[in-house]
Amino acid sequence: MAVFLARRLAALVAVLFAITVLTFLIFQAIPNGDPALRMAGRLATPQQVQDIRVQWGFDKPIYVQYAKTMEKVLDGSVISYTQQINVEQEIVRDLPPTISLALGAGVIWLVLGVLLGLLSAMHAGRLLDRVLTVFALTGISMPVFFLGAIMLYWLGYKWGLLPLGGYVPLTSDPWGWFTHMLMPWIALSIVSIGVYSRVLRANVLDVMSEDYVRTARAKGLSERRVLIHHVLRNSLMGIVTLWGLDFAWVIGGGAILVESVFNLGGVGQYAAQSIGRLDVPPVMVITMLVACAVVVLSTLVDLAYALLDPRVRLS
Amino acid sequence: MRAVAHDKVALAFGALFVAIVVLCLFAPVYAQDVAHTGPDDNHITETVIVDGKQVDVVSPQGVPIGPTWKGRFLLGADSNGRDVAVRLLYGGRNSLEIAAIATLITMVLAVLLGTLAGYLRGFADGVLSRLFDLVWAYPAVLLGVALGVALAVGGLNLGLFTLHSGSLLLPAFVIGIVFFPYVAKPLRAHALSLREREFVDAARVMGSSPLRIMVGEILPNLTSTIIVFVPLIVANAILLEAGLSYLGAGVQDPNPSWGTMIADGIRLIPGAIHLVLVPGVMLVLTVLSVNVFADGVRDALDPKAIVRGRF
Repeated sequence: MAVFLARRLAALVAVLFAITVLTFLIFQAIPNGDPALRMAGRLATPQQVQDIRVQWGFDKPIYVQYAKTMEKVLDGSVISYTQQINVEQEIVRDLPPTISLALGAGVIWLVLGVLLGLLSAMHAGRLLDRVLTVFALTGISMPVFFLGAIMLYWLGYKWGLLPLGGYVPLTSDPWGWFTHMLMPWIALSIVSIGVYSRVLRANVLDVMSEDYVRTARAKGLSERRVLIHHVLRNSLMGIVTLWGLDFAWVIGGGAILVESVFNLGGVGQYAAQSIGRLDVPPVMVITMLVACAVVVLSTLVDLAYALLDPRVRLS
Repeated sequence: MRAVAHDKVALAFGALFVAIVVLCLFAPVYAQDVAHTGPDDNHITETVIVDGKQVDVVSPQGVPIGPTWKGRFLLGADSNGRDVAVRLLYGGRNSLEIAAIATLITMVLAVLLGTLAGYLRGFADGVLSRLFDLVWAYPAVLLGVALGVALAVGGLNLGLFTLHSGSLLLPAFVIGIVFFPYVAKPLRAHALSLREREFVDAARVMGSSPLRIMVGEILPNLTSTIIVFVPLIVANAILLEAGLSYLGAGVQDPNPSWGTMIADGIRLIPGAIHLVLVPGVMLVLTVLSVNVFADGVRDALDPKAIVRGRF
């Protein structure tokens, strides 16, 4: 176990380092994006541009710039090019909407995905299973921003049932927070509900054909007990690890789109706006943060697996 | 493949996808002979006759006309007075072209690197697997947007060939890179288990070179895995292209794409919902048809899935 642990941690450090280098290079390679020219404005003299270049260190070799940048990222003093405000403070300020969105949607898709997947497996081959399969496949095929726009139009403008986007802090108005988050939650979770219900359905059907399930039935256990204690427990393993990864993933994926549609003002929207302004530091820091979160979570999942299943350690 | 032929639902949706592709390929014909306008032609100050009345294509308040269900502006106009039906078909052509090229890039990279890593093991596998992890750890949209914006501004210069900003190959390239680890990882695992099998030992004893074993022994046994992934990647490539274009990091204006069309429509909500609905429904139909077909292919090629029973 110690060797396994050491190997995984070494790999983790290597991947984290590679992520920061890759992110830095992608954004360094933006052509026509000389930040000094953009910051100096349209009427700057060459001398002013040169001053900014020296002041921000754009004239140094690339590895020096990388080291300087990482130093700033780690002590939390990154400044955005276009607005010249502290990026990390801005991210911390934008975290509540993003966390509300991701956590809420995560709970919804986990619960509904498991419920619908279980229902589908229990009725495999019958009408309910077919209907749920159609629902799941449609969900998987639905772009989040299209679903968001449709809900915004009908639920928001036409029928006036829900507020038209924006974010209300949980601490100041819990009910307002809930109603403002409802549409973004649904938009973000539909795809994952489809995926999770399909995965769980397949897992449950696999487990149901295991010998120990037949044994449990033969012992005379109630169908309900067999289903919950023997089948579901063993089918959930994969789902829960999947959930841990998807959670970090959503912040860098669907959340960007959903936050933009509903104007939630979260980290994803901050990233999208910074991209529009070609403002490198915020996008770089957010990309690094999310990618690192994914790697750390996937390492934790691996370790948990190794702890539970000795076969993983040995291979 | 015979099993797919027996799966009527999968077959019907496969046919729907083919129909959509053919429809989009005929975009220039539709534009010239039915709508009599191009995808980028503005008619913002013009009027059309609907039910015997003259109607502005774009009202003085800036709200474009909805579907007329006639040759001109069949599905309405957008805020620049462009014909939505024409743009829908041209946008579909762009989306499908990007998805096809992206899938090709993904599959070539994944088959090449996945087989190499799985067969060679050791140091090469270590390096390649870390590369897969690295790209895989990047959230797809964020990596796509970062690359898309970086490249869209100045194009890409790789010495031998140059891509200009605005080229459709740029988003295709970005999407191809983003998805390859999802295929490469399972292919590597599969190749890793195949190399221990007797027929590979036999080939090795016969003195076959590693290259010959990889191409002649391993690759044919990976075919079913590869085939299962192709429609899945096509579906996800179409979705990611729409997402990137929606964020302004994919297809560049005035070139139409379903993603940019939806973004234009969202900006006009609650004015002209047809601008969101028309490209959105088309997008869902296309991706759904690929997904259902992919489901059928998977069930047909995975013997376990047949035992489980579909539907």
